[in-house]
Amino acid sequence: MSTTAEVPAGELTLGAALNAGLRQAMADDESVILVGEDIGALGGVFRVTDGLRAEFGDHRVIDSLLAESGIVGTAIGLALRGYRPVCEIQFDGFVYPAFDQIVSQLAKLRARSGGRLRIPVTIRIPCGGGIGAVEHHSESNEAYFCHTAGLRVVACASPADAHWMIQQAIACDDPVIFYEPKRRYWDKAPVEPGPVPADAPALDQARIARAGADVTVIAYGPAVRVALDAATVAESEGRSLEVIDLRSLSPLDFGTLTASVRKTGRVVVVHEAPTFCGLGAEIAAEITERCFHLLEAPVQRVGGWNTPYPPARTEEHYLPDLDRVLDAVDGTYQY
Amino acid sequence: MTDLTDVPKTPADLGVAPEPPMRLLGEDGELLAGAADAGITAELTRGLYRDMVLARQFDQDAFNLQRQGELGLWLSCRGQEAAQVGSIRAVRASDHVFPSYREHAAALCRGLEPAELLTQWRGTAHGGWDPSGYRFHLYSLVLSTQLLHATGYALGVAADRRREPGVDEIVLCYFGDGAASQGDANEALNWAAVTGAPLVFFCQNNQWAISTPSAAQSRTPLHVRAAGFGLTATVVDGNDVLAVHAATAAAAARVRAGGPPEFIEAITYRMAGHSTSDDPTRYRDAEEVRRWEERDPVTRVRRLLDARGWAGEEFHTALKEEATALSEATRAACRALAPPPLEDTFRHTLVEETAALRAERERYTAWRESFA
Ligand SMILES: Cc1ncc(C[n+]2csc(CCOP(=O)(O)OP(=O)(O)O)c2C)c(N)n1
Repeated sequence: MSTTAEVPAGELTLGAALNAGLRQAMADDESVILVGEDIGALGGVFRVTDGLRAEFGDHRVIDSLLAESGIVGTAIGLALRGYRPVCEIQFDGFVYPAFDQIVSQLAKLRARSGGRLRIPVTIRIPCGGGIGAVEHHSESNEAYFCHTAGLRVVACASPADAHWMIQQAIACDDPVIFYEPKRRYWDKAPVEPGPVPADAPALDQARIARAGADVTVIAYGPAVRVALDAATVAESEGRSLEVIDLRSLSPLDFGTLTASVRKTGRVVVVHEAPTFCGLGAEIAAEITERCFHLLEAPVQRVGGWNTPYPPARTEEHYLPDLDRVLDAVDGTYQY
Repeated sequence: MTDLTDVPKTPADLGVAPEPPMRLLGEDGELLAGAADAGITAELTRGLYRDMVLARQFDQDAFNLQRQGELGLWLSCRGQEAAQVGSIRAVRASDHVFPSYREHAAALCRGLEPAELLTQWRGTAHGGWDPSGYRFHLYSLVLSTQLLHATGYALGVAADRRREPGVDEIVLCYFGDGAASQGDANEALNWAAVTGAPLVFFCQNNQWAISTPSAAQSRTPLHVRAAGFGLTATVVDGNDVLAVHAATAAAAARVRAGGPPEFIEAITYRMAGHSTSDDPTRYRDAEEVRRWEERDPVTRVRRLLDARGWAGEEFHTALKEEATALSEATRAACRALAPPPLEDTFRHTLVEETAALRAERERYTAWRESFA
């Protein structure tokens, strides 16, 4: 992982932007503590917590035991005691041992208490493929958590946004599942480290990453870059794509989505997770209900195949790429 | 008497002999050696007895209410009153408690209202009380989840303690012998031991996890396992309220003073079925139940009170009246428990209702009102 020193002034990698966001959140609020496997001296396997232990001490940057249910379960207890734990799950595929604590406990305690309890726990999960990893290191499991009411699920896609979103997630009084696109950790862009500016989009708002007129391409996390690249190519072919970075996967910002569909009448949803019962299915259904009369074509989905995530040497055929996105864009003109 | 240590059965070749459970009160109600040192007084005994009698009354009423169709389900704590009353009375009101789902006696001692305890079983809420106000967390129906919540909470207490040395709360966490098999329980025992969380784990080994006996659930006695994690472990006769109280008070004091987390295994017995839907005659014999009836925790203390002349007729009459009043209040409160509007659920899902939730709530309300 690059450190801030290795990138041009004003530019940060997404990983460094998250690191700066965590630092800001910890400086702003004493009750923020980080918990996770190897996040202390090592700075996490992706170095997102690099240097934070040296700065805030080992009582606030805690190397957890090797037990995911324990990480989330004890975070719930810490939150009940007034702390704001930020958990790091080392890889997407290792969140399942904590599944019960997340969906049955974390998500439900507020409702169960009749609105009396607040459980401000943030669970950071590096997500998605594209880094040539071994099994269980490339998964997109957002649909499991989006299906559970009581959780907010968000995914960052760009350095500046990651910097703000992590602070917003930590400040949020609801539990937040925070997805970090691991193959974008090294992407660089200008970031002004500091508190979230007043005009930054709220945690549950989508963002128009690129304005366009002909087709709305909805993406999140690692797929936003793919959608933007597709838009660049499409432009040279005379088509104007509007790319929406969802940011919030639950709740979904249908205001922004339907406003875009009103302009374009054509929609493509892109994500890495398998399309079957994936977020794209929900988006397609909801847009169809809301905008049936505006649509020129059925909503197209581009996603991972409905198979387990494949071995690294084949992942380029699994992950939605620019060509598959453009193909789906073409598809919306076939009606 | 020795058969208390028969369960759970430990193969001798395992080389881990369970400790004999600590006792202060004999089965015939006589005080045993150590009672004086443990500070057993007439007043303490009367107080614990009262709590147990009231808990039993409440539990019986709730059981009856279920049979009358007023509650969907009830998980009786009959037989476990000493384990619960003895332990919770040994900690402070400022200590935070994480129960499982059968800790009605402990809850009543905490001051929870009968109606609050019946809510979930009547189907009018998934919680029923203010967990922060009572410092008594909501019941946990997924086995063992609460051990991790308790550990985390205790870690928070420890963190507070570093900032404000005056903080001296501890955490008390209840669970069953069956629950001890769950991964979460083992993660929590280990986590607490490693981090030194200010916590007392209190296992009510009531011999059965629905139809599975403790002996089939664990090859080692649970207190031996806990000691293996590095917790200070005690085994106590869970039907002896004086011993439970003394053991918990001692453990709580050590933890409060900064000692490592403690584990108490209380050997007790679940007299009723697992729940009102359970048929315990299918898996345990009447003789076993009869043997445990002889060790009933309530009559055992009554014998002591009588033998020592620690409670006169007046005390018993007043207690009977109190129990009758509780019974009437319980029944009335139960029948008065009405379902909340479904709208509340939308409002309480997240801290602030999102646009999507609001839209759905309004859709639901409009649909419902269309029938009016
Ligand atoms: C994770 C989980 N699995 C299964 C159940 C169903 N169940 C409820 S209580 C119980 C037995 C629990 O036994 P024990 O821990 O000894 O507590 P007791 O009921 O005897 O007080 C089972 C299997 C559950 N509640 N949670």
